[in-house]
Amino acid sequence: MEQKIISIENLVKRFPMGEKEFTALKGINLSFDKGEFAGFVGPSGSGKTTILNILGTLDKPTEGTVNVLEKDVEKLTKKESALMRKQNIGFIFQSFNLLPVYTVYENVELALLLLNKTATERKQAVMEALEWVGLTELKDKRPPQLSGGESQRVAIARAIVKKPSIVLADEPTANLDAANAHVIMKTMVKLNEQLQTTFIFATHDEKVMTYLKRIIKLADGKVLEDKIINQQTEKQ
Amino acid sequence: MNLGLKLAYKNLIGAGLKTWLNSFALSFAFVLILFYNGMIDGWNNEARRDAIEWDYGYGHLRNENYDPLDFFSIQDGHGVLPAKYSENLTPVLVWQGNIYPQGRSMNILLKGIDPNQTIIKIPTDLFKNTDAEYPAVIGAKMAENANLKVGDMVQLRWRDQNGTFDAVQITIVGVFNTNVPFVDAGQLWMPYDLLNKMVGLENNATYYIANDKYEPKDVEGWTFVSQETLLKPVTDLINAKKYGASVMYLLLLAIGLLVIFDTLALSIFRRQREIGTHIALGLTQKQVIRMFTIEGIMYSIFGIVLGAVYGTPLFIYLAKKGLSFPVSGDSMGIILAPTIYSVYSVELIIKTILLLIISAAIVSRLAARRIAKMNPVEALKGKAL
Repeated sequence: MEQKIISIENLVKRFPMGEKEFTALKGINLSFDKGEFAGFVGPSGSGKTTILNILGTLDKPTEGTVNVLEKDVEKLTKKESALMRKQNIGFIFQSFNLLPVYTVYENVELALLLLNKTATERKQAVMEALEWVGLTELKDKRPPQLSGGESQRVAIARAIVKKPSIVLADEPTANLDAANAHVIMKTMVKLNEQLQTTFIFATHDEKVMTYLKRIIKLADGKVLEDKIINQQTEKQ
Repeated sequence: MNLGLKLAYKNLIGAGLKTWLNSFALSFAFVLILFYNGMIDGWNNEARRDAIEWDYGYGHLRNENYDPLDFFSIQDGHGVLPAKYSENLTPVLVWQGNIYPQGRSMNILLKGIDPNQTIIKIPTDLFKNTDAEYPAVIGAKMAENANLKVGDMVQLRWRDQNGTFDAVQITIVGVFNTNVPFVDAGQLWMPYDLLNKMVGLENNATYYIANDKYEPKDVEGWTFVSQETLLKPVTDLINAKKYGASVMYLLLLAIGLLVIFDTLALSIFRRQREIGTHIALGLTQKQVIRMFTIEGIMYSIFGIVLGAVYGTPLFIYLAKKGLSFPVSGDSMGIILAPTIYSVYSVELIIKTILLLIISAAIVSRLAARRIAKMNPVEALKGKAL
């Protein structure tokens, strides 16, 4: 039996815009199982990033219920949200968000420093993560010395080094050329298979879509289509 | 805290030259505060030591009618202290007079002191080794003002206790160098018994100088003024100068702190994505604020280390060789040695370090508190501020 790790019920998210409100998500109902490799696709403003932010406990729903790893996001305190992100959620951003003054090694190590791992544990895990993404040779370089593809692989290593349950990737290939985008996606597919980590993407990149095993099409804050690619069956 | 320290340290080291430039601004404030306070403390130490060695001893037992600030009290402010109370005390009789060097008239204070005393540094032993009938010793400033030197004779005129004028030729048998203007300027020291005799008194003293073995007793007609009480005006004057001039280094400190505030405020604006990333990785906003606050504190610690590197040789030089002043303290009526040797006590160093670290912490916290209002999602986009 598949283990459900995320459930979304009637999710509504509104943002204030001057005196009015903009509704970014309009009653989303979804669930994700452990080890899924899924993605939200759709045009800009469709609500992809908003839903990722809520799943990542960086934001809260206006209405509805979002349960991540059996925790109601709405009810989490700031401290509990931070703990959830620290232990269970990895983020990959479009613009990599690497810390420029840290080396590749230190950027990856940061996620473990927050978890108070010992130096030995950190070293072992960081080297393993760098090996997964093929960057052991560049561990002493700093982000400004890396190409876009290399930077995003560092970001992937940082996201998976703590072996989180969920990795949320927001337009991870948007700043990469086609060759690098494929390398990145293959890396993530491999990690998804090896670690059984759930990957959820927000993308409008066709190249990414070819790797997804589940595509959730969003438009105007609503789910238009939820398709399991390998099995060619629609869930919604 | 440990993590905050690690991250802050990495951020500061990673920022390279910028970190060192900011730290240099603070190090300058650190060095100047220490320099100034070290000089003041050195001055204070020397002034207290000089005042004790040249005048105050371990306190004065004053005739109750004598007020050193009231010139008119001299006439009646003297008496005979019973012998049983005079142990460990040296008598000084103060009287008024005039001398006429090169035909000019100069008002002076005559001070009669026991030639055998060893409590203060007035060279009274010179009275014992001279054939002069009316020997006197004077300070170098007095000698300069009156154009007198050792061996010179000058006419002294005074009124005795009955108001009768008398005059003699005194001989200058010694000129002493002192930083204490109130034993030098306008004063002429003579043997105690001789002065008593000249004014028609016997065993009369205006005040007694106590030595370290003296134990104060209640004596009718006499008041004991302790060493600390005597020194208070000296210390108060120096402290007044200390507080007045502290405005200068506090301004410098304010500039240093403004640099930290400015750097952190700008840094927070520029590093919004980084802040968002830290939050996404699992730090709370409070922890990020703490990290930035620690960064600010570390600027001050780096500043202290940097200041210690270039300040220590300077401080050692000032403590050993001192700093000379072209202006004499006599002209200002204060005890000021021609060379002041700085004193850098552990207390001064610790207080200065704490001042810098605490003020840097406050300023950094003020700059970092904007992080608390940041929306993490907007911060990740670099649009939170």
